[in-house]
Amino acid sequence: MIASVVRWLDDRLHLEGLIAPLSHKTVPTHRLTYWYFFGGITLFLFVVQVLTGILLLLYYRPGANEAFESVQYIMTRVQFGWLIRSIHSWSANLMIFTAFVHMFSVAFLKAYRKPRELTWVTGMLLLFLVMGFGFSGYLLPWNTLAFFATKVGTEIAGQVPIIGRPIMIFLRGGEEVTGATLTRFFGFHVAVLPGIVTVLIAIHLFFVQRQGMSVPPQVDAEWTANPSARKEMKFFPNFALRELMAWYVAVGTLGVLAALFPWELGVKADPFISAPAGIKPEWYFLFMFQTLKLIPSKVWFIDGEVLGILGCTLAGLFWVMLPFFEKDKTGLIVTASARSSQIRTLTGGLSVFALAYVVGMTIYGFLAK
Amino acid sequence: MCANHTVAEDSLDEQTSRRRAIEIFLGGGVIATLVSFLYPVFRYFIPPAVVDLGGDQVVAAKQGDLKPNSGKIFRFGSRPGLLILNADGTYRALSATCTHLGCTVQYRSDLREIWCACHNGTYDLNGRNISGPPPRPLDVFEVHVRGEEIVVNRKREG
Repeated sequence: MIASVVRWLDDRLHLEGLIAPLSHKTVPTHRLTYWYFFGGITLFLFVVQVLTGILLLLYYRPGANEAFESVQYIMTRVQFGWLIRSIHSWSANLMIFTAFVHMFSVAFLKAYRKPRELTWVTGMLLLFLVMGFGFSGYLLPWNTLAFFATKVGTEIAGQVPIIGRPIMIFLRGGEEVTGATLTRFFGFHVAVLPGIVTVLIAIHLFFVQRQGMSVPPQVDAEWTANPSARKEMKFFPNFALRELMAWYVAVGTLGVLAALFPWELGVKADPFISAPAGIKPEWYFLFMFQTLKLIPSKVWFIDGEVLGILGCTLAGLFWVMLPFFEKDKTGLIVTASARSSQIRTLTGGLSVFALAYVVGMTIYGFLAK
Repeated sequence: MCANHTVAEDSLDEQTSRRRAIEIFLGGGVIATLVSFLYPVFRYFIPPAVVDLGGDQVVAAKQGDLKPNSGKIFRFGSRPGLLILNADGTYRALSATCTHLGCTVQYRSDLREIWCACHNGTYDLNGRNISGPPPRPLDVFEVHVRGEEIVVNRKREG
């Protein structure tokens, strides 16, 4: 039955030609192959976000007077509403986590090097946009924590010299965080960001498809020394089915988290109450939040806040430009010692430092009062 | 099975039946997954029933709100009702939802009839559909005057 439908379509649309490149695609098989799965898992979680997000739109109402109540309605009255919303929230967090894992694995395996510089840059832009999704989506239930997180987050943007204040007013839709901010964030979250991210994902995937999978330098060196060790598997079905299993694990994880730990709603936001004690941003902003907290209020003649923000921005920019600083020191002849010398390159050390800094500061931020 | 059945054929049979078993398990797993995804989504699509906090009784108006030979729309739960003060000083209350396609009807003082502007349906003051497309009469409510308040009740089923 299915075969005859496929044949019918193929007769008219010549699908063979479209699928052919996929059937030739191969994936290098080595001890680090499992790191290749994380991009796919992130993509899968993004699809989960799109689908559950559309479902939430059936009942969610933006607006300071209705948003909290509508989420409450979804959580308590709509059948399986708690499940859909909890999956959306958990999947968002998992997606950011897997995106970070994907980024660091690419950094450590040096997959960003020529010719894949632009793949890295589009990936970094996607990571920033995904964090923008997190920031804008966090406000939508209009609860106290979200209200103050948005207040602080947009205030930080406002500290940037010259352009900061206009950006803050643009983000807030006014001087203060109000219902106008909620309407804006809703628009960013469900229309602007999804549009941009979808296009960028398409470009990112196109690059990956064009260039094929990167082989880590260590493995490449071994394969060059011993060509018979080189192994590959077909992308379809061999790798795709393994990826499918990874997606199953992701779905299982999501289901367990959503069922056992449904996402809390909290208390409705009230602009005229004090911020509750121990208020913190979402974990993926914590390392920046903690950095800002540690900088003294005045460093020489510069405001500590401004210094922190400029520092974070510069560090971020440098990280985006990482592939352009890397010089490939490996010649054509690769010896056993080449491997250790590669690891010792500056960017390798930088990746270790970046990971240690992000993880360390996040843990510190969790433990700090 | 015939007599010249060979060992090779036996193992081939075994292989195909094993393959079949794997296919059933995998296919069943995929179908079970899809069902477990789609069932909550399907249930999620069904909007919860609206709680009608209006109950069976509502204060539709106060004495003096209406002039004789006029009508007004009042809120009865989540639906509109029509309260009419006849020229003789008696009140009448009916559902204001036209039985044709659900528009909200109005009282026509010139005709002394209830009229629906959408498709020109008319009802008499007892709610009977007398001309135009409406297929059924309007529901009629009970009206009591309690002091200053004009109270409308849903009629008990009986």
